[in-house]
Amino acid sequence: MATIKQIRRRIRSVKNTQQITKAMEMVAAAKLRRSQDRVTSARPYAARIGAMLENLAAAAGDVSHPLFEVRPVRRRALVVIASDKGLCGSFNMNVIRAAERIMEEGERSSWDLVPVGRRVNQYFGKRGWAFGYTLPELGDQVDAARAHALAQELVAMQLRGQVDRVDILFTRFVSTMSRRVESVPLLPVAAGHIDGGAVKEYIYEPSAEAIFRTLLPRYVENRILQVMAESLASEHSARMVSMGAATNNARDVISNLTLVANKIRQAAITREISEIVGGADGQKRS
Amino acid sequence: MPESFQLTVLTPVRTLLDERVESVVAPGAEGYLGVLANHAPLITALIPGKLAVRLAGGETRAFALSGGFLEVSANRAVILADAMEEPGQIDVERAKRAAERARERLRDIHGKLDVERAEAALARALNRVKVISEPRE
Repeated sequence: MATIKQIRRRIRSVKNTQQITKAMEMVAAAKLRRSQDRVTSARPYAARIGAMLENLAAAAGDVSHPLFEVRPVRRRALVVIASDKGLCGSFNMNVIRAAERIMEEGERSSWDLVPVGRRVNQYFGKRGWAFGYTLPELGDQVDAARAHALAQELVAMQLRGQVDRVDILFTRFVSTMSRRVESVPLLPVAAGHIDGGAVKEYIYEPSAEAIFRTLLPRYVENRILQVMAESLASEHSARMVSMGAATNNARDVISNLTLVANKIRQAAITREISEIVGGADGQKRS
Repeated sequence: MPESFQLTVLTPVRTLLDERVESVVAPGAEGYLGVLANHAPLITALIPGKLAVRLAGGETRAFALSGGFLEVSANRAVILADAMEEPGQIDVERAKRAAERARERLRDIHGKLDVERAEAALARALNRVKVISEPRE
């Protein structure tokens, strides 16, 4: 049986841990607010650039841009976005499991894995995967320069025929309590076909095709920026929730240990009293 | 009073401007172009340059625009900007340093893609410096 001293020491150590998890929960909550704002405030641009792309694709008519070209799929790239850090529950593992499920299809060599974030890099690196490209770190908040570099490389891979298709696997932020691992196609770009009647009589300067060509890379980059923002918001919310749960667990552990400590203390007191009483009785009789 | 229309400037990060305006002068790929109320539907690419806006009521504002796209339809103008600052928000020293870096890169690189990127960076940096020095012209 543990001594009361040992139990008190454990209580103190759990309390320290609880303070840490509490602090981490609050930090994650603050970061979540920022990245959530980022997701919402970026939506108008994303919606508009998508609409403009469709408009231009329809206007340019027979667009033969290489990024639109649907080829028979021999090699595929999978961009897997998770976090740099742990202590966020099953956030990273959920993404990794989903990635493994997707890549069960076909030979390992037919995949160009593109891990984004330290955790995914470590996991697949240890298992001997060769990376088509990688972003070793994602950072705390959305980083446009990183998104830009990734977009350029993915476009280049698609254009030089290294891969025939690029998908992104990430965690969509639904609400603080709910997240969903999702895979979305990135390349080739699928322009949603709008009805011919919807195209208004626009003036295009210099020409629909020329604008289209400059718009397309930005569109791809923006898609990546959006999924990164979603993933970051999900990460912070996952961390907030799991650290909140850890704080609650610590509270339960502390209250249980306190109970045990009190029982031992009470038992000691009772034993002492009965010894005194027993001793007094004995003296009386003699 | 001249008729007004809605101007919205969006960047990948956030909405920068959403106002009633009387006129917009934007740096189009083929030269500066002005937009007034009831302009014909238009989509054009924008290059780094000065975006001059006259708000409803007559106040004028100028911005350093780092390229993007302009769409006008149904008396509404939307600019998808790569980035945009008001003169007060520009860090002149940083812009000058960026220009210097871009010039250096132009001096010692050969790849076509890199030249394009360095030129674009140079144009953006010079534009920021320029908009600060002559915001009202």
